[in-house]
Amino acid sequence: MLGMILERIGMALGTMVFISVVCFSGLELMPGDACTIHLGRGASDSALANCRDRIGLDRPATTRFAEWSVNLVRGDLGVSAQRGKPITQIVKWRLRNTLILATVAALIGIPLALFLGVVSGLSRDGPADVSISSIAIFGMTVPEFISGTLMILIFSVTLNWATGIVLASYRAPALELLRASILPAATLTFILAAHILRMVRASIIEILQSEFVLMARLKGVPRRQIIWRHVVPNALLPAISVIGLTIAWLLGGVVIVESVFNYPGLGRLAVDAVADQDLPLVQAIALLFGAIYILVNLCSDLLAMALNPRLRSLRG
Amino acid sequence: MSALTKTAAILREVLRQPSGLVGAVIFGGHVVVALLAPLIIPYDPAAQNVNAMMQAPSIVHWFGTDKLGRDVFSRTIMGGREAMLISTLSTVVAMVWGSALGISLAQIGGRTDALIMRCVDGLMSIPWILMVMLFVAVLGTGTASLIPILGFSYGLSVIYLARAAALDFVARDFILAAQARGQSRWTIVGRELFPNVRDSLAVQGAMQWSWIFLAVSSLSYLGMGVAPPTPDWGQMISDSRGIMQLAPWALIWPMVALSSLVIGMNLFVDAWAKTIGVDRAQRVPEA
Repeated sequence: MLGMILERIGMALGTMVFISVVCFSGLELMPGDACTIHLGRGASDSALANCRDRIGLDRPATTRFAEWSVNLVRGDLGVSAQRGKPITQIVKWRLRNTLILATVAALIGIPLALFLGVVSGLSRDGPADVSISSIAIFGMTVPEFISGTLMILIFSVTLNWATGIVLASYRAPALELLRASILPAATLTFILAAHILRMVRASIIEILQSEFVLMARLKGVPRRQIIWRHVVPNALLPAISVIGLTIAWLLGGVVIVESVFNYPGLGRLAVDAVADQDLPLVQAIALLFGAIYILVNLCSDLLAMALNPRLRSLRG
Repeated sequence: MSALTKTAAILREVLRQPSGLVGAVIFGGHVVVALLAPLIIPYDPAAQNVNAMMQAPSIVHWFGTDKLGRDVFSRTIMGGREAMLISTLSTVVAMVWGSALGISLAQIGGRTDALIMRCVDGLMSIPWILMVMLFVAVLGTGTASLIPILGFSYGLSVIYLARAAALDFVARDFILAAQARGQSRWTIVGRELFPNVRDSLAVQGAMQWSWIFLAVSSLSYLGMGVAPPTPDWGQMISDSRGIMQLAPWALIWPMVALSSLVIGMNLFVDAWAKTIGVDRAQRVPEA
């Protein structure tokens, strides 16, 4: 058991090392470097040399990689090419803001999805299921920026319930951001819940058809007891790893939702950094998102292992 | 039965399902409109008209005009073309390298397979949009760089799917027989494995297409995809965000067009996957 946990953690660390190597060498292999892109094609040789000297690009790649990764472990993400500030400083607040947004969405979205998924699965093809499923399929199919824009159109422009565009600064206190994040969080919640509830629904339906449920029914166990003692617990177990994957997958959606609502988070920073061609910053954000993905997946795997004894002995 | 009549039979089966038919009609309609677009449009989609900014839909401008006085109808009709072209070519790139590598890995197996799959796992842990943005930051945007970028990024998930589909067959008797006959590994991959996974790969290709289409639209929305003056739905939605209250039509029509295309595609793909029995994620087992 302990061995498997350690192995899983080791795997996560290995992946982390791998993606940092990829992020670093990926940029090395590309034509041009941070300085040529930052200064443009017409830059003079002396300006280029100056810039390379400033961010240390004139040394061999291996030296730079060693230094970069040591700094990374110490929490130093390097210096932004465009903003002239340490990336850690730039990223710190935005990471907090993105985590606020994602946490709110997950805290509301997951219980909601579990509940609606169970309701939908139990009333398969009934009116409740059809309406829940249609909305969920819409949420899963349509891109995030359309769901977000629709949210603004409905709740801000038409109903005037909440402000559509976030005006809070990136250093605003957490509470202010929490208030500002109603619509972006609602959009993320909607998409997250749509994905998870479809999974829960499928798994409820599968279990309802299993032999042990038939057996319980034949024994005359009351329906309520069958559902709460046999069906729901067994259906929710596989949902845990799906939730992990969905949250991780949702990170991509965060980038778009933040841009739609002008939310001062990591995703919008990434978009700005691409527009400014600030390579080191884009690289650092990609790495951070990768790290969050790996961490979320690790947690959900460990949680699934803790709750489901079958996973502890099965390998693979 | 030849491959062609088999495909025709599958298609008939798909169209027999209501969702497959509806999806095919919507998607087909979009393709026809996109192909005939230059013949349909009443105005140059890029032409600005300061005398007709943000006009409501009328006989002159069926879908109204946007903040620069451009005709929303013409832009909506033209707006899917570039993204569809990029998605189609990127899907081809992704499917070719992804399935070639995936099927080969299933056949090779052992350490090489395990090592490469670990690397693919690692690459997949960077969310697609950031991976694409990392490339866009370096290579720049535009059709020529988006196709290899998206083809590469989306090919990663094709590797998984192709490998999983091929693994179903590698241990079967006819593959062992081919090995016993002394056929080379590559002949087996091309002649024995590929024909067996072709149908499920075709469905995956259609799914990839709709995902890549969403990716292109999202990138255009963020200003990294289809660049003006070429009209694009994602770009139109992003452009008209600020005038949502004044001219909602400039926003709604591209949203309707984009949503109907992806929903139609998904309905069709779902029906297709069901017909050939490919297990699409989140599919409910048949009663």
